[in-house]
Amino acid sequence: MTSPFRTPQGGRVDRATTVEFTFDGQAFTGHPGDTLASALLAAGRHQIATSISLGRPRGIAAAWAEDPGGLVQVEEPFPEPMLLATTVELADGLVAHGLPGQGRLAEIPDSARYDAVHHHVDVLVVGAGPAGLAAALTAARAGARVALVDEQSEAGGSLLAGTERLDDAPALQWVAAAVAELADHPEVLHLQRATAFGSYDDGFVLALERRTDHLGAAAPRHLSRQRVWRFRARSVVVATGAHERPVVFADNDRPGIMLAGAARTFLHRYGVLPGREAVVFTTNDSAYDSALDLHRAGVRVQAVVDARPEGSPRRREECERAGIRVLAGAVVTGTRGVERVTHALVAPFADGEVGAGSAIACDVLLVSGGWNPAVHLFSQARGRLRYDAALGAFVPGEELDGLSVTGSAAGVPDLAGCLADGQRVARAALSALAIAPAADDRLPAAPEPVVPSAPLVLWRVPDTSGAEGSTSFVDLQRDATVADIARAVGAGLRSIEHVKRYTTIGTAHDQGKTSGVLTSGITAELLGVPVQDTGTTTFRPPYTPVAFAALAGRDRGRLFDPERVTALHDWHVTAGAVFEDVGQWKRPRYYPRPGEDMEAAVLRECAAARTGVGILDGSTLGKIDVQGPDAAVLLDRLYTNLMSSLKVGSVRYGVMCGVDGMVIDDGTVLRLAEDRFLVLTTTGGAAKILDWMEEWAQTEWPDLRVHCTSVTEQWVTFPVVGPRSRDVVGAVFPQVDVANEAFPFMTWRDTTLDGVPVRLARISFSGELAFEVYVNPWYAVAVWQRLLEAGRPYGITPYGTETMHVLRAEKGYPIIGQDTDGTVTPQDLGMGWAVSKKKPDFVGKRSFARVENQNPLRKQLVGLLPVDRRTVLPEGSQIVEFRADGQLPPPPVPMLGHVTSSYRSAALARPFALALVKGGRSRIGDTVHVPVNGTLVPVEVTGSVLVDPEGARRDG
Amino acid sequence: MQLIACPWCGPREEVEFHYGGQAHVPYPDDPGGLSDEEWAHYVFYRDNPRGRFAERWNHSAGCRRWFNAVRDTATYRFERVYRLDDPKPLATELATSRRNTAR
Ligand SMILES: [Zn+2]
Repeated sequence: MTSPFRTPQGGRVDRATTVEFTFDGQAFTGHPGDTLASALLAAGRHQIATSISLGRPRGIAAAWAEDPGGLVQVEEPFPEPMLLATTVELADGLVAHGLPGQGRLAEIPDSARYDAVHHHVDVLVVGAGPAGLAAALTAARAGARVALVDEQSEAGGSLLAGTERLDDAPALQWVAAAVAELADHPEVLHLQRATAFGSYDDGFVLALERRTDHLGAAAPRHLSRQRVWRFRARSVVVATGAHERPVVFADNDRPGIMLAGAARTFLHRYGVLPGREAVVFTTNDSAYDSALDLHRAGVRVQAVVDARPEGSPRRREECERAGIRVLAGAVVTGTRGVERVTHALVAPFADGEVGAGSAIACDVLLVSGGWNPAVHLFSQARGRLRYDAALGAFVPGEELDGLSVTGSAAGVPDLAGCLADGQRVARAALSALAIAPAADDRLPAAPEPVVPSAPLVLWRVPDTSGAEGSTSFVDLQRDATVADIARAVGAGLRSIEHVKRYTTIGTAHDQGKTSGVLTSGITAELLGVPVQDTGTTTFRPPYTPVAFAALAGRDRGRLFDPERVTALHDWHVTAGAVFEDVGQWKRPRYYPRPGEDMEAAVLRECAAARTGVGILDGSTLGKIDVQGPDAAVLLDRLYTNLMSSLKVGSVRYGVMCGVDGMVIDDGTVLRLAEDRFLVLTTTGGAAKILDWMEEWAQTEWPDLRVHCTSVTEQWVTFPVVGPRSRDVVGAVFPQVDVANEAFPFMTWRDTTLDGVPVRLARISFSGELAFEVYVNPWYAVAVWQRLLEAGRPYGITPYGTETMHVLRAEKGYPIIGQDTDGTVTPQDLGMGWAVSKKKPDFVGKRSFARVENQNPLRKQLVGLLPVDRRTVLPEGSQIVEFRADGQLPPPPVPMLGHVTSSYRSAALARPFALALVKGGRSRIGDTVHVPVNGTLVPVEVTGSVLVDPEGARRDG
Repeated sequence: MQLIACPWCGPREEVEFHYGGQAHVPYPDDPGGLSDEEWAHYVFYRDNPRGRFAERWNHSAGCRRWFNAVRDTATYRFERVYRLDDPKPLATELATSRRNTAR
């Protein structure tokens, strides 16, 4: 398709190169430097889509991210929904179509890469318009470390959209020189296509850099598509410009109705005419620039409709010289046209009253209601806004330390003022950082500003169409109108936040860039209160939408969370282990043989450990080295039982509680020396218990001479378990006398294997005779294979966490965090024997004496045996009991407790479970019921130790 | 994301720190001598002011040291960090800080 609306020359597009793209199935051409919007406008196409709920045609209404109309879905190069035609840079092969308000996520995985960079600077300048460039130059010249980020494809900001001159030359020459100068400073980072979208505490600013989309298919594969910059700036300078604001009138949403400044941008930056016949409707002087520039470019400007009674005498004169009719004291009351505006309805306007009007033919209607400073980053940083009644806009209302606003974002009206203000603000920031400005910090000479005629603040034109505001659109993306605001106010809503949520204004993907202040103004009018009192809704990040993929960066898939593996991981993989996640650890859950499911594998592994010998990779067990003259004192205060009496060479099981008396972890403690212990924690409790020990040692007992160090990854641990374990360990470590008398239960011995230090401990988490083998991870595979070799005659069987859990549950050993939930005391677990009576105090002791902790109806750990000998009770199942008459109590049926662990037992030849049951120990022998799949399964309450309750097996 | 000034390491990202609740709540000298109610006050009861609050913080992903801080719970602003063995700062010692985003 041709581009009849492309000007013969001018603009920033590369006319020598033509790119092809497809929109709504139709082929178009454009140039590098175009946006999708400018290329479509060049072809004469304004309509992009239909609106979300009313289905009204909608077109391009602005030139950048504030556009509420031109929502598109990109299909090629990669599917991405909810983009704006005005911000999609044209690339060869682009395929897109218009979106009626809602998009569709890609159904294929995103193959692009995303990443993040941390960057620390003295001064971060957001926005490379005149004020931002002036600020960045001042900071760079002073030798500060500077970052300058700007969301457009090239620097210049508003200068890209106009014909301004600096130093008696086109202003863009100064922009080019400024960019070149910044590039010469080694401490300056200058990013274009980088949108600062979030401003947080302490100078933390997030920016999204779009790195490859504009390159289309030519994008190098090694580059990440988008990058999140995490700036930490000692000082942030916000130079984000201003958004033009429309005026609301009836049928103000038709394609061809556009902000006046946007038309100027399309003309000067992209060499595109928005139409052939224009009407310009304004409340201020700025739109006259658009009218005059379009006139010079060959557009027939039918009329400038100025709502101010006197208009602007100076600009009227300019228009008259050009032959443009100016209608002062007039407004646009409505429009005609369906898929494109065909007429503007213009009427006299005085004292808020609209007179009789007439229709003026046009194919584009340009609107300006004034300018809203883009205060988003200031406001996100919790800066307070102030309503400026002269501007009809909210401006920064206070000074913040470390963040300042400059240029038109601060309400500065003209080019010379913006340049000077950028320099001033940068100097103030440098001064706060004790950085002296450079001697030569010259600003370009800007034309003397002309004082404009005062603007009129006009939010909306009274609706004379009879539609009562129901076609006067405030938020085009949400199809929300003046009538909707009136309905909200009529319903009694006073807060602008409530009006927003009632009408949904400002909740679409543009977050109210054009509609927000209009809503404040119209709401204030309807309520009869000052706009300052209505205020604005809260500005929240992100300023423009950010894809989750960009936020995730590289933290996806396997890199989402670190994976911890033991030194034996490759061996487990080769052995066909099925893994489970335990915290960040990958642990073998079971090792299925061909044809085995988990149940069969676990029964086989359990039988091996109870009748022959099994071996487990227990390396994930938490290990804390506690050293110092007061190590025993610390452990005495933290464990419920006595550790100071433990002999060197011995091992003791211990329980730790919080101050509330509830169990937080358990494990064994090896005394390595008078002043040194090795504390073993659960896999999941390792970090938490180290924190716990350090917290008490630092905050309550800083006088104790003790240090705690994690050594979890310094030792691998292999429990060798079962009646034949003594044979295996004895064979591999011949220097150790493994006889029961020489190496009794709950003792440890050091030895060596080929010169490598090895520690052996008689610790059992299964009730079986067992030896734990500790060695440096470098030797893990070698030692593991020696043990397997020595165990081959006995059918040594590697087992995983599932078998470990069954074996320990059969013995009634609780897993803290599975069989407990933070409301369980040692006494509830039947471990009163592990609570010292001798120690005057330890953490948790006082709470045991609380009345509630003495309650005999507390939930206690017991065993459950399903009477049918078949049902494996689902963990988490509730437990109920029948009344004396054999019936369930009426609902709500009281819950006695729940199943905490449940397995099939090879040793018992039936399923069993552990459970927390109210007054459980007094119910031993009773039958209670567990609902499973809609039926009540009778279960017998037993003691928690179901296998070898006498403890006869632990010594072999 | 805030910067928190660890007294030992200097300003660091807030994600390096863990919160430790109200400061200056010492473990009782003689827990056995307390009534259930007195003990419950130590275990469960903490202040929850709007405004300045003396808190414990741990630089858990850094030097792992505990320290105390006076923070304004309404603005999140850290007004003072101090070592565990320093006394709680008096209100008059704390400068009235400007609403800010830096330092
Ligand atoms: Zn630190």
